[in-house]
Amino acid sequence: MVEKKKISIVLFSGDFDKAIAAFTIASGAAAVNYDVNIFFTFWGLNVIKKIKHRNATGKGLLARVFNYLMGGFKNLPLSRLNFAGLSPKLMTNLMRKRNVATLEELINAAIQLNVNLYACEMSINILGLEKDDFIPEVREILGVAKFLNLSEGGEILFI
Amino acid sequence: MKTFKLDITKEHCPMTFVKTKLELEKLSKGDILEVVLKEGEPLENVPKTVTEQGNKVLEIKNIQDDIFLVIIEKG
Repeated sequence: MVEKKKISIVLFSGDFDKAIAAFTIASGAAAVNYDVNIFFTFWGLNVIKKIKHRNATGKGLLARVFNYLMGGFKNLPLSRLNFAGLSPKLMTNLMRKRNVATLEELINAAIQLNVNLYACEMSINILGLEKDDFIPEVREILGVAKFLNLSEGGEILFI
Repeated sequence: MKTFKLDITKEHCPMTFVKTKLELEKLSKGDILEVVLKEGEPLENVPKTVTEQGNKVLEIKNIQDDIFLVIIEKG
């Protein structure tokens, strides 16, 4: 077999639709034998928080307020036409109806296909979070140097 | 050697080849996977990607209108 190709995705956005794009590429690439890394930073961290609804996690009052407002997996907004959080639910229903994988299914597929999930050390620090605040599939908390190291020789996408 | 069946006629990208890959992972070398799929994207991609991953496409049959059967031997 040929040498494994590699793709590394930086998920900066915490938008529902952009997370779908990231996980579609990630699971699709993993299914065709790519090594896949996703590096979650800033708003993107909301996708992989262990607590899926709004919760005041984190150290320090301001961090707790921020985390509450940012929310978790269930609060990811649509990047356009969000309608106060109604649209992601409508969109998920539409996806089910049309037999397109939902975000949850895409994330599960990515995990089953051994996509590597990493969280950004710097933004976690700002938000007063720690590794335990994220789903256990998050492999490691790391910085940009390690990310560059991991993504070397492959393609990088910033979403 | 066992034969397994997978119907992905209702799936869309990327789940067509994601489900095929996950199913193939459960099989042992030499097992047969019969995938039922639609023409277009799945028919173009599934045989190609499974071959790239060291499996063998034994046969592709048109079984009904736009529905195809792809017989894969796990490598």
